[in-house]
Amino acid sequence: MQQVRADFPILDRLVNGKRLAYLDSSATTQKPSQVIDAISDYYRVYNSNVHRGAHTLAAEATIAYEDARTKIAQFIGAGSSNEVVFTKGTTNGMNLISYGWGLNRLREGDRILLTVMEHHANVVPWQIIAKHTGAELVYLELDEDYRVDLSNLDRFVDDRLKIISVSGMSNVTGTIGPVPQLVEAARSVGALMIVDAAQSVPHLPTNVAEIGADLLVFSAHKMLGPTGIGAMWGRPEILEEMDPAEGGGEMITDVRLYESRWAPVPHKFEAGTPPIAQAVGFGAAIDYLDKLGMEAVRRHEVAITRYALDRLSEVPDLRVVGPTDLSARGGTISFELGDIHPHDVATILDQEGVAVRAGHHCAKPLMRYLEVPATARASFYVYTTEEDIDQLVTGLYRARDLFGLA
Amino acid sequence: MALEELYREVILDHYRHPRHKGTLSNADVHAEGLNPSCGDEFSLDLAIADGVITDVATQGQGCSISQASGSMMADAIKGKTLEEVGELAHKFRVMMSIDEGENPVDPARPGAVLGDLEALQGVRKFPVRIKCADLPWTTLADALSQAES
Ligand SMILES: Cc1ncc(COP(=O)(O)O)c(C=O)c1O
Repeated sequence: MQQVRADFPILDRLVNGKRLAYLDSSATTQKPSQVIDAISDYYRVYNSNVHRGAHTLAAEATIAYEDARTKIAQFIGAGSSNEVVFTKGTTNGMNLISYGWGLNRLREGDRILLTVMEHHANVVPWQIIAKHTGAELVYLELDEDYRVDLSNLDRFVDDRLKIISVSGMSNVTGTIGPVPQLVEAARSVGALMIVDAAQSVPHLPTNVAEIGADLLVFSAHKMLGPTGIGAMWGRPEILEEMDPAEGGGEMITDVRLYESRWAPVPHKFEAGTPPIAQAVGFGAAIDYLDKLGMEAVRRHEVAITRYALDRLSEVPDLRVVGPTDLSARGGTISFELGDIHPHDVATILDQEGVAVRAGHHCAKPLMRYLEVPATARASFYVYTTEEDIDQLVTGLYRARDLFGLA
Repeated sequence: MALEELYREVILDHYRHPRHKGTLSNADVHAEGLNPSCGDEFSLDLAIADGVITDVATQGQGCSISQASGSMMADAIKGKTLEEVGELAHKFRVMMSIDEGENPVDPARPGAVLGDLEALQGVRKFPVRIKCADLPWTTLADALSQAES
């Protein structure tokens, strides 16, 4: 993967006079030249609105936009590009679902099953819909090794259960969600099964046909693409049935004064001018990952995570907040270092050129559940090397020195 | 090196041994501050008699900078009049370049103007951390406006 690093111009820069060790890929990944160039090429050569106008630029932009949809569909094993809806990102996708499916179908006493490790994007939309409908949220907890504890699952699987929504991979602990087991549970009672795939599609080979969920949402910026765009995959019957949460141009076939007819799926969910340059960049990111191969991406991340867990275990007073079993986790490692607050750890690491995130990682329910105020988090991707990890460990020793930990 | 200036010994001492920690049963005002982006929390109880802060208690959770700033602030305001505290807060914020003005600290006489609080000057080199140092002071401002009304 040394070859890979050369494709990421930002990795050549210095931060505070030090080599940049970018370990914040769970927040957003860096972008390869191929993605940056594809976006710039769109603006330089064929910038235009899509699905509107007969001129050449409009046709080229429309083709590029729809090509990106096709690439995404193939990348996740969808049956057709019509199963892929462009969104603004995971959060937007989840809200399209909660409003478009939940608002008109949930009734008082219905249940939505989540886990305590969910990102706010997979908690707050459901709280809003629960308020509107009288539905109720229920949660699965974690076991001692930070995996989702399924021993209580049966308690929730009955005819009140209408929605299960779970993260494919936690952005805090790196825990891989128990999607197959939950798909089975959802099927047994006819509940809607949703996967928050913001962290799983970028890091794990994904085939929606094999997974068997109903809906899956993810963001381009966490998989080498630009911000401002994401995708929602849905089973065709579900997308057909689901209501559009937003109305406007592009999503209609006819508008009269008092009612309108929706455009066919996927366009009925894409109101307004979509993020076109971003779609083009998303397509280029998919091309890049396809070339590496997602099996190879996963192998690289398992290797780098194994190395990181080994090196971190040498650091006195360091506690990893996440699974130790490599098959149960991805390359996102949350940790605490003695009594040094994570923000202080992050500031010290930053002076060493190491970029990590500190805080609650948009998962406050999980922080409360784990009884930690915050964690520091190092997260990896295709360009992460052992040298990055070594630099992290050096920085952690510096933090120990500054705080006088013996 | 900037990091040594940021994490001065006196800051770590206040972080690990916060002064006036707890709550007051006879508090006249109570205020709570939260930094939503990082989750740092700070709460403040003040007992006030005849325009003088007669007792202070604080509780909090967060980074060394926010918690040390709160501990030093509690030390600095106890026994002072509300007017003096207003002035102190202004000086602190000017020192931290939160408010405009000329830094009141006299480099020739360290600690003479703002005591231990002067150790927090190193935070200025870390702009994203200034809001950490400021959290107890925005909480104090809230408490003082309650006291006035
Ligand atoms: C697991 C998970 N879900 C949802 C999100 C939200 O993604 P976005 O901010 O791109 O909408 C994130 C990213 O922060 C995430 O890690």
